Amino acid sequence: MNVMGLMNYWAFIFLMMVGFYILISQGNLVKKIVGLNVFQTSVFILYISMGKIRGGTAPILTEGDPIYSNPLPHVLILTAIVVGVATTALGLSLVVRIHEAYGTVEEDDIHDLDLAVAGGEDQSFPVSGMDARA
Amino acid sequence: MLAITALALVRLRNLFAVAMLAGIYSLLSAGLFTTLDAVDVAFTEAAVGAGISTILVLGTLALVGHEQKKARRSSVIPLVVVVLTGSILVYGTLDMPPYGDPANPAHHHVAPHYLEESEHEIGIPNVVTSVLASYRGYDTLGETTVIFTAMVGVLLLMGGLRKRENSGETDAETRESEDASGSGPVPTHGGSGTDPPKADGKKTHGEGDAHGG
Repeated sequence: MNVMGLMNYWAFIFLMMVGFYILISQGNLVKKIVGLNVFQTSVFILYISMGKIRGGTAPILTEGDPIYSNPLPHVLILTAIVVGVATTALGLSLVVRIHEAYGTVEEDDIHDLDLAVAGGEDQSFPVSGMDARA
Repeated sequence: MLAITALALVRLRNLFAVAMLAGIYSLLSAGLFTTLDAVDVAFTEAAVGAGISTILVLGTLALVGHEQKKARRSSVIPLVVVVLTGSILVYGTLDMPPYGDPANPAHHHVAPHYLEESEHEIGIPNVVTSVLASYRGYDTLGETTVIFTAMVGVLLLMGGLRKRENSGETDAETRESEDASGSGPVPTHGGSGTDPPKADGKKTHGEGDAHGG
């Protein structure tokens, strides 16, 4: 009983850790952002599952006196979903800018290019344009 | 189902497939929200998470290419970090209240007030709507501010891109002098794989998506 009551948390932790793994192990920046979305959705699932009451129904007032699930987490997560898309859009536009500046979105390649630039700095290689604007 | 989709996301290297699977993941989680009585959240997730996010990712992929290279570093350290973090989190859940219990602390603060009084105070049958727009209206205002800020950021990042591409100037030249008539091919840093005409064609597509977000 006690273990079954905690299953929702464990499911959420599993999904969250998969998202976290994508985020830290993959070199591709677009995939990192997808991983961030997976991570984010797992947090939504945590909140929504905390608002659920056994035998409850959606919090829309009706005739009779049913048990309603807690509406507060729903409201918080509605806000979080929209903010999540805003951050995704910003992240992806950063990826596009990085692609414009470096010609790649692979972390390893970007690192190599940075090292190459650091090695030949006195040849005035035109790379620092992005840093200057940022 | 969610777990399988998420694991498939780790393995796949074709980023178009990743984008579609991420959409499926969002849709599945929307279904889960419905069964957890959060209908408003479910259709927001289906529209925004599965719809707009997927379009945004696809728009980006059109600009940056869709094949992921194999990572050079080993995946052992991330795995250890993830397992460690996960076990600590599991340890943390042992004190959490059980799922679905009406006696949980989350259900005993302001939520009963919203459920009992919102019909008289606000007059909208959907409690989520009345909390969102009235009791927690400032949250929604803050959310709008965040979206506005993000949109300004996206427009600054992408708008500058279009301007530079149109004038045919490289990064370095734009920085040195804005009105220099830099025509002709100039050595771009890391030029391999950059394809300005193609990127310009897809540009408007990606930006339109950003407005939707």
